[in-house]
Amino acid sequence: MTEAGPALPAPVAATRSLKSRVVRAVLSLLVVGGIVMALAAFAYGRVAARASYDRLLLGAANEIAGAITISGGVPLVDLPTAAFQLLALAPDDRITYSVRSPGGQVITGQDTPLPETIRQAGGGFFDAEFTGLAAAERARFVTVPRRFAERDFSGTILVTVGQTLRARNAMALGLTRDALIVLGFAGVLLIVLGALVVESAMRPLVGLARDLAARDPYDLTPIDTPVPAEVAGMIGALNDFMRRLERQIASMRNLISDSAHQLRTPVAALRVQAELAAEETDPEIARATMVRIVRRSRSLGDLLDQMLSRALVIHRTAEARRVAVDLRDVALAVIETQDHALIAPGRDVALEIGAAPVMVLADDLSLTEAAKNLLANALRHGAGAVRMGAEIEDGAAVLWVRDAGPGPDAATLARIGARFERNAASRGRSAGLGLSIARAVAEAFGGRLELAPGPAGFRAALILPLSEETP
Amino acid sequence: MIRALLCALLLAQPVAAQELPPGLEDMAQFGPAPGQPAEAVQPLRLRSTTDIDVLRPAMQAFAARHPEMSVTYEQWSSNGLYEVTRRECAAGHAGADAAFSSAVDQLVELVDLGCAEPYRSALTAALPDSRRWRDEIWGLTREPAVIIYNARLVPPEDVPRDRFALLDLMRRPDRRYDGRIATYDISRSGLGYLFAFADSLEASTFGALLEGFGRSQAVATCCSAEIIDAVARGEYLMAYNVLGSYVEERHLPDVATVWPSDYTLFLSRAYMIPRGARGAAAAQELLDFLLSTEGQQVLTRIGLVAREDAAEAGRHDSAERPIRTGPVLLVARDTHKATALLRRWRETFVERGARP
Repeated sequence: MTEAGPALPAPVAATRSLKSRVVRAVLSLLVVGGIVMALAAFAYGRVAARASYDRLLLGAANEIAGAITISGGVPLVDLPTAAFQLLALAPDDRITYSVRSPGGQVITGQDTPLPETIRQAGGGFFDAEFTGLAAAERARFVTVPRRFAERDFSGTILVTVGQTLRARNAMALGLTRDALIVLGFAGVLLIVLGALVVESAMRPLVGLARDLAARDPYDLTPIDTPVPAEVAGMIGALNDFMRRLERQIASMRNLISDSAHQLRTPVAALRVQAELAAEETDPEIARATMVRIVRRSRSLGDLLDQMLSRALVIHRTAEARRVAVDLRDVALAVIETQDHALIAPGRDVALEIGAAPVMVLADDLSLTEAAKNLLANALRHGAGAVRMGAEIEDGAAVLWVRDAGPGPDAATLARIGARFERNAASRGRSAGLGLSIARAVAEAFGGRLELAPGPAGFRAALILPLSEETP
Repeated sequence: MIRALLCALLLAQPVAAQELPPGLEDMAQFGPAPGQPAEAVQPLRLRSTTDIDVLRPAMQAFAARHPEMSVTYEQWSSNGLYEVTRRECAAGHAGADAAFSSAVDQLVELVDLGCAEPYRSALTAALPDSRRWRDEIWGLTREPAVIIYNARLVPPEDVPRDRFALLDLMRRPDRRYDGRIATYDISRSGLGYLFAFADSLEASTFGALLEGFGRSQAVATCCSAEIIDAVARGEYLMAYNVLGSYVEERHLPDVATVWPSDYTLFLSRAYMIPRGARGAAAAQELLDFLLSTEGQQVLTRIGLVAREDAAEAGRHDSAERPIRTGPVLLVARDTHKATALLRRWRETFVERGARP
């Protein structure tokens, strides 16, 4: 069985798919919109139907009113066919009409309803039942006045025309139905479009997942697959994450290879000494060898401490949160722990700090570790009185250790402070390592390690950016 | 016992005849076929203005197709049919299951007043718009209003092919046709009134026609049969707006027919089912039957659906003016309108006094 491509990793707990979300959202929009649209379209349809058929009704009533003549003092209506042809534009509706004399009697037509308000207003539209003889039906009426002021007849004749509502209702329903059909088509189109858009938007992600799955586990280079802007942020974060991971892995590798290098020689030396001691028959010589083994192993312990502290520092400078730290406190803490008493018993270290705080943004523990290393370095390799202090110098925060000696020669100076120094390790000493820790810490917090040999003595200083913050 | 029963029957007969409501002219019974179980028999009471003898073949065909139907055919005058249907509608009960009248305007008014039962079938839906309204009234026949003339007495060159030719005849200086042209008296004939109303919608021709009738001392008289017979006898040379179906059914050799080529009015006798009719289903059966191919063939055979070859003169289709079974006929029912039309009519004919 061959696999066409790399298997995708097992899916993580996924919530509803985007496509179904979009489709659901569009659907609910459509349902709500559809109801609103239907109501609006129906209301609009009713208004439109009412307006257009009211016009017909009014036209018919006016035609009839215009056909009234006065003959011998009596109103005569020559009912115009045109009026009924107009009304017959609503082909299936019943028609009723009346022409009423000023006294209210029906001159011709049927006894249509005529509300008192309309009679007083002298005309207007109204809704009423059209009873006829048997089947009552809702109907729309209009009343128009025709005023006469003639020698033998004066007064207002009211013409009322009414028509049932079938055509109006059919028109309103037709408009509503048309609107809903359009909406339905638009809805289906929207759903399909939505699904397609989501599909095409998600396609780069699927490709991305494939790329990631196919990737070599040690390949932490940034992903450069082109992705939509929305996803680019995620990819940026992922790349950043991989960059940090790579840095971590690199420092782990360094640590491991450093440790291997630095431990191999002292351990080999110890073994040789121990073998010698084991084979030595002369107790005096064996004893001396044992003393060397003890010294060597103590030195090895120191080395291990240094390496651990360096690993710690590297880890912390990468991970720990930056806080405001007073360098005077760091110097004080280093002096107070009295660690130096172990390295150089009996030697005093002078502390020189001022009244003003020397604030930096850094990790307390890393700085302490770096300071200890500087101090240990000075005690081991320096000469004369050792002093330690913190101060502000040229706008920068400085934590320094000074001895009275000239410091290392230029060649050594150029070498030390690198990541590790085989020389130091091979000698079973850890000076190079200590300085490299100090340098790493300084650089992690945006500063540097300054090694300044001079006639007044050798000064090793951590120079860090000054923080505005006060404790 | 039997004698007593016979006596009672004999006595009952004239009493029943006396109690015929005004307007009911004759009655007949079609179906049910013998041997039908009593519970299967469906009664159907049809009120019609058409003579029983004319419609008999159609009713027999219906009875043959529906052996369970028991059709009581009542022949009414059009006004009588209108009055009774209207009265019953107002009272809320239907005395008949169907009304079939040539006075279409009267039935349209009844439909407008809500007196009809709606019905819709494939056959009614197939009717043209001009022959149905609200699915409550349907025009079943197709009968032209024609000009007839006595073919023996009128020379071929005088035969009017349209109304303008008729006008020319009436205006002839030799006054040959004066007093020899007849038409319906619209104050006595509902059909004549309906035709006159339809003509009046063609305003210009109608005015000229009335003027022509007045000038030539035309005769307004009643009724179809009398007019046709008088033309056959030669008493009148010509008659205007005679219902073509009546002419055909009389089979008079001397009477020739012209479908006016300017326009020919077509009447469709209207059928409606009164609201609340108990036998509405049976009435619907009859309606569908009369509209079916078989029914229409029978109606064609008896002359109620005009054949295209019935006219002597050629005629193009655009000249066909059906009297629309629709609300415009309400105008014809308006009292003022009727009064005005009748007054105008009388002014034309009254001057010289109508001939008996």
